[in-house]
Amino acid sequence: MQTELKKRALELLGDGTVDRVIGWQTGEFSYDMTPAVFTSAEDVEKNFVYNDFCGANVSKYLIKECVKGGRILAFLKPCDTFSFNQLLAEHRVSREHVYIVGVACDGMADVQKMKAAGIDGIVGLTAENDTYRIETIYGDAEMKKSDALAERCLTCKSRRHAVHDELIGEEGEDRPDSGRFDMVAELEAMTAEERYNFWRGELSRCIRCNACRNVCPACTCENCVFDNAASGIAQKAAADTFEENMFHVIRAFHVAGRCTDCGECSRVCPAHIPLHLLNRKFIKDINELYGPYQAGADAGAKSPLTSYTFDDAEPSIVRERGRE
Amino acid sequence: MQRIGVFVCHCGTNIAGTVDVKAVAEALGREPSVVYSTDYTYMCSESGQNLIKDTIVSKKLTGVVICSCSPRMHEATFRKAAASVGLNPYMVEIANIREQCSWIHKDKAEATEKAIILGRAAIAKVQLNTPLTAGESPVVKRALVIGGGIAGIQTALDVAEAGFEVDIVEKKATIGGKMTQIDKTFPTLDCAACILTPKMVDCAQNEKIKIYSYSEIESVTGFVGNFTVKIRKKARFVDETKCTGCGLCTEKCPVKKVPNEFNLGMDNRRAIYIPFAQAVPKVATIDANYCNMLKNGKCGVCSKVCTAGAIDYKQTDTIVEEKYGAIVAATGFNPIDVSQYGEYAYNQSKDVITSLEFERLTNAAGPTSGTLLRPSDGKHPHTIVFVQCVGSRCTPEKGKSYCSKICCMYTAKHAMLTREKYPDTDVYVFYIDVRTPGKNFDEFYRRAVEDYGVHYIKGAVGKVSPRADGTLDVQASDLIMGEQLHINADLVVLAAAIEPDKSARPLATMLTASMDTNDFFTEAHPKLRPVESPTAGVFLSGMCQGPKDIPETVSQASACAAKVIGLLAKDKLSCNPCVAHSNENMCNGCSQCANVCPYGAITYEEKEFRMPDRTTRIRRVASVNPAVCQGCGACTVTCPSGAMDLYGFSNRQIMSEVDAICK
Repeated sequence: MQTELKKRALELLGDGTVDRVIGWQTGEFSYDMTPAVFTSAEDVEKNFVYNDFCGANVSKYLIKECVKGGRILAFLKPCDTFSFNQLLAEHRVSREHVYIVGVACDGMADVQKMKAAGIDGIVGLTAENDTYRIETIYGDAEMKKSDALAERCLTCKSRRHAVHDELIGEEGEDRPDSGRFDMVAELEAMTAEERYNFWRGELSRCIRCNACRNVCPACTCENCVFDNAASGIAQKAAADTFEENMFHVIRAFHVAGRCTDCGECSRVCPAHIPLHLLNRKFIKDINELYGPYQAGADAGAKSPLTSYTFDDAEPSIVRERGRE
Repeated sequence: MQRIGVFVCHCGTNIAGTVDVKAVAEALGREPSVVYSTDYTYMCSESGQNLIKDTIVSKKLTGVVICSCSPRMHEATFRKAAASVGLNPYMVEIANIREQCSWIHKDKAEATEKAIILGRAAIAKVQLNTPLTAGESPVVKRALVIGGGIAGIQTALDVAEAGFEVDIVEKKATIGGKMTQIDKTFPTLDCAACILTPKMVDCAQNEKIKIYSYSEIESVTGFVGNFTVKIRKKARFVDETKCTGCGLCTEKCPVKKVPNEFNLGMDNRRAIYIPFAQAVPKVATIDANYCNMLKNGKCGVCSKVCTAGAIDYKQTDTIVEEKYGAIVAATGFNPIDVSQYGEYAYNQSKDVITSLEFERLTNAAGPTSGTLLRPSDGKHPHTIVFVQCVGSRCTPEKGKSYCSKICCMYTAKHAMLTREKYPDTDVYVFYIDVRTPGKNFDEFYRRAVEDYGVHYIKGAVGKVSPRADGTLDVQASDLIMGEQLHINADLVVLAAAIEPDKSARPLATMLTASMDTNDFFTEAHPKLRPVESPTAGVFLSGMCQGPKDIPETVSQASACAAKVIGLLAKDKLSCNPCVAHSNENMCNGCSQCANVCPYGAITYEEKEFRMPDRTTRIRRVASVNPAVCQGCGACTVTCPSGAMDLYGFSNRQIMSEVDAICK
């Protein structure tokens, strides 16, 4: 895959279709692939990488890239294209500044699962059919792909690109039966107290590093409320740990109806809080109350939370559903 | 730092009876920035207002909090008082300690504590108030009347009389409404058509009135003085400008078996029809559900016989967009479907009819040319039973909880007229109560009983059963005599409850006008503003607001016209300054606010900004048109960045109110 991507990047740079490329390069560790902009063929040749550690969603970087003018080549996995479309709907990126090469994807690896399986000192990764061959400083290791895939990939909503100019690899399909709401349903089945305790436990690990917000493609405000002194919730010493936890609840409300469920929040969380479950609860509710809706599937679609129809759920639904 | 004055009103004992007003004034006097705090018996009285005015001047107040009744009652009074001594009216806030406190509490200590909290919240808000100046918006000097029954007609005529243009939108092919189907009107027994049709003709002839018949409201946007309405003119397949109303087509059309809705399906009309002789406009309409030409392209008779060349099978619905300053809802009523009451056998026997059907059976233009004949066999009925309150005054599961108001009187009319014309007929009326308040109403009812010998029986009809000989067995109880009755009737007439027209609810949604649980439009105030809806610029005429008879409908329609004229007579309306505005430095340009704005007040522009890193950037930012914004605040809660805010109700003001309450 890396060879094909590189080849296409060099061609598009060479024929002047684009003047730069956004993709991935090796970060601090060799399993830590980081989004990077490449401005020359040499740069691409030398630094561009693509393997199953390239889970990072590059869509958000295109906001800044679009402002710079010119045209950038973006390699987008199916889930990344939903983010791109949503940003397009919100006028945060412009279609004419981005040339999208869709990259077929059947899931990305979760290095935490490998580490949990006792595989340390990772320096390289190759995928062969259903197996990951993992190169480590202690020698090679193997792991079944299904055991090492990220949770968000196991429950992936769609392997179809929502937007692209061309494709590398075979186009996938929507996966309505991937069970991505199973965990939410489990939480819903809990009593209010159990659920409260679950979230207090999870959120107690939060160190407020802001990584979830910074990586989130829906968090693109010019001035985030958490950085805005006038909002009343920024720069304020939290009265207690509950108030501290509210950061995530406020964030979930802010991205409700716009979150495409890319799962980046949970991927980057250093405390491994399953933040995507908060967003998925909103998505599930929206689907149930207003009919199926996938943010980013269609850049021109009306979001159910910002449009009205006569069939909308009445506010009293809150009372009915709130019953234990 | 503000200098705030607090004025606590006793409202006689309305507030002071449950709230310790002195304690409230004292407690609020200790709040930050409060330099004066007092109580007074009636703040809204002239002396109360003078107290406020004098204190503003003597204490150099910059803000005022009045703890009194709902701002709906006296906010304007107090704001005007403040403005008269030079304080910006928007520096006055009301804490509602009557409707939201004293009236709903019994315990004085509790109510007093709550009044203090409500006052404290208002003070917290005033701390952040800023002077606001109201702009002005022009008034489109044209009114829209939705519904062309007697209510809509009267309102339109009165508004036109004052010199303003009025459009009537009527969904049926003719204006006139229910009154066209009524034979005689109580208590004077004059012919309904004779008094209605001149008004219909007046509408047609009045230069100021434009009638959109066979048309419906598609959408309503805008606000008081500046509504934009899309009207769907349904295809009638006849060019209104060419049709002369000669009626030849309606005689030649080969499709003869179309149920005639004007006679409630008791006879037939053709597929091309004019509802009745005095229809306005007198224009034919093709019923697309029955026309052979429209259904399968075979026929074309009407087109061939039409000398005016008015038939146009290719006509489609058209949408007309018009601007209006005021909108009148006059959507009227319908009798409820009585087939839900199996005990009355409405579905089992043709000789069980509704009162409106009875009207048609006695009307010269009806299916029997005015001779009262049984629908089943066309024979003269000798025993008629009238059943009152069918679906009215019921439990909510069985029907309408309200009294339909008109049934007692029209049933007395039916009974009397039957006895007058056919003295050999026995007439029974079963009633719960006979309600006859109204000028000459009770006299009318007594004439039916005393002079015409109608048998009024207090009691309920339990069951109507068709018998083998074609008569109806009416099983009933006589509550006064305490006996069970069996009456062998030829005809049973059901006084069906009335309900608002089904088109009213979707219309109310379009108008953002409120409705009660029965789908009647609600008034701005049930006693003091009975013909205005709580939505500014929307007025109510006739049955859509509640059950009423023709005299009441006409008076309400004229009252409604007076309110419309009052609005249209103004050249400019002062706008609400509490409108949204966008902080461009924070705006993302994401368009969510524009998506939720019900008034279309938000647009976007590309603007050059100097960024913190000293570069310049073109950014897409929201901008609010203050003349169009109505201050609903939908954008402020939608904006993810908090860039949208409302003057007079800023996020900070609301949060500080909440903080003050939770303190």
